[in-house]
Amino acid sequence: MEQATIGLSHYLMLSGILFTIGLFGVLTRRNAIAVLMSAELMFNAVNITLVAFSKFVTPAELTGQIIALFTIIVAAAEATGALAIVLLIYRRFRGINVDRINFMKW
Amino acid sequence: MSDIFLTNLTFYVLSFCVIAGGIFVVSSRNLFHSAVFLVFTLFAVAGIFVVLNAYLLAAVQVLIYVGAVAMLMIFGVMLTTQLTNVRLRHVNEQVLPALAVCLFFLGFLIYGLWDTPFEIARAAPPPDISYKIGTLLMTRYVLPFEVVSVLLLAALIGAVVIAKRDRS
Amino acid sequence: MLELRGLIDDIWDFIAGILTGLGLPQWAVELFGYAVLAVVMFGFVAVVVLFLIWWERKVSAKMQDRLGPMRVGWHGVIQTVADALKLLQKEDITPKAIDFPIHFWAPVITFVAAFMVYVTIPFGEGLIVSDLSVGILYIIAITTFTVIGLLMAGWGSNNKYSLLGGFRSAAQVISYEVPLTLALLGVIMIAQSLSLGTIVAQQSNLFKWYVWRQPLGFAIFWVAATAECNRTPFDLPEADSELVAGFVTEYSGMKFAMFFLAEFVNMFTASALAITLFFGGWMSPFGPDFGPSWMWFLGKTMFFVFVLMWFRWTYPRLRVDQLMGFAWKVLLPLAFLNILLTGIGIYIFD
Repeated sequence: MEQATIGLSHYLMLSGILFTIGLFGVLTRRNAIAVLMSAELMFNAVNITLVAFSKFVTPAELTGQIIALFTIIVAAAEATGALAIVLLIYRRFRGINVDRINFMKW
Repeated sequence: MSDIFLTNLTFYVLSFCVIAGGIFVVSSRNLFHSAVFLVFTLFAVAGIFVVLNAYLLAAVQVLIYVGAVAMLMIFGVMLTTQLTNVRLRHVNEQVLPALAVCLFFLGFLIYGLWDTPFEIARAAPPPDISYKIGTLLMTRYVLPFEVVSVLLLAALIGAVVIAKRDRS
Repeated sequence: MLELRGLIDDIWDFIAGILTGLGLPQWAVELFGYAVLAVVMFGFVAVVVLFLIWWERKVSAKMQDRLGPMRVGWHGVIQTVADALKLLQKEDITPKAIDFPIHFWAPVITFVAAFMVYVTIPFGEGLIVSDLSVGILYIIAITTFTVIGLLMAGWGSNNKYSLLGGFRSAAQVISYEVPLTLALLGVIMIAQSLSLGTIVAQQSNLFKWYVWRQPLGFAIFWVAATAECNRTPFDLPEADSELVAGFVTEYSGMKFAMFFLAEFVNMFTASALAITLFFGGWMSPFGPDFGPSWMWFLGKTMFFVFVLMWFRWTYPRLRVDQLMGFAWKVLLPLAFLNILLTGIGIYIFD
């Protein structure tokens, strides 16, 4: 591999770092909306990986790009459902800090 | 972008934006600031897609996520009480364990990825990538495509049902 | 004779020649070239917008039986320049309670996003900065940044009227974006391309204009585009009788001017997009080589800008609930119907 160009491993590193940042957010933030935002970061990290593999490993098939497209759509569906649940949590608990929601039954 | 130096420079600048933006998203106390930095990060990721020649995906990324983040902003403003005045604790008590886990995870990833040889293919990409993606979505991937649209519909209806106010 | 074909390439070659002569490396030449091209585009659009602002004042004056600006220049043509200079010198009042970074960046984002669209709009034969293969999608994606800008302005101002204006605009722009995108899908299906250059090339005379094959699509697009530009009858985000000035309440001086200019840039964008997709873009209606292409582009676009102004000064404003109901209950089903009809049409005729 030549050193001058940006290779696959650069993209994988970037994706790994972004995924870790998102993971940290999901584990530590108290606000449910902030947790959702961190989850979006993790989705994006995965998409970078998919597109990078698509370009470097299977450039002719484009499978990675199509799966990344599906990931984005599923992320949108996930955000829809999650926001509805957050709204419901707000009505029940008068707040959306996830550490207050520590029981499964009302 | 024909020049290799320019491509590399673009990659490093965008990577810096992605990582810095991501750190701000998870560490900002103000939820609205987090959302704005999320837009910034997602836009930089779209830039990374452009560097990777995935123009269609970059456009879709911006289109879908900017709208989605706008919704997150609205919900954040609507549902978070005392956004600016009171300095509440914005992280839970797991910061240190979480940091340890994340650093371990990152180290593990780097260790695993750094020297792994991947089979780099040198085949030329198809000339019109967007056209090819469209064709593939309607032929080989038509089943997942339909499943995803049903999923979206289900999410839509589900969200309405969950969020509807009880009549009683 | 008046054809500006290849002007952009000429500018590029000229700059590249000078810089390479100075001994700069290739990447610096490219980077600088892009910057100069951006400044040229910015200058052009800025001049157009200054003209549009004057024109809007003249049109509104004529419709209300007034004269409008008459003092500065011939019939007040450089009134807008004078106004812009005045706004530049004015004190930029920043209220104490604002969220400063958000308040500061909101007009910048709105302004920059409004201009970024012009990368891929064909102004004439060969007059396009970059004919992206995903042109339409790019334009739709960039215009969504307006929502973020307005929400940031609404939140950052820390003022209830601003916040309400920002929320209204977010609801409106996101709702109308759905029928807008779906309406464009009809053209994309017929053209089998997302590139604006290709779509223009397919409409080489009056009878090939896509508006004949997509009348419903055009109607939906035009209504939704009016709403996207926050123009009357959809100007609820800054309905002055209800919300003072909406999201611009706390802005003054240069920042106010940026919002104001962005609104007019968006008007020009919507009109340019309408003619590019439905009315043949820079192609003359009487076959190729009938007058300079950029003049056809400007003429057609200006006509549609005029229609937007006409709407503004003749229609009353809608109510919020009417506005949302119209987008979801009327435009969206019609847009789906349009896609269905287009699909059937393609199946039968092609």
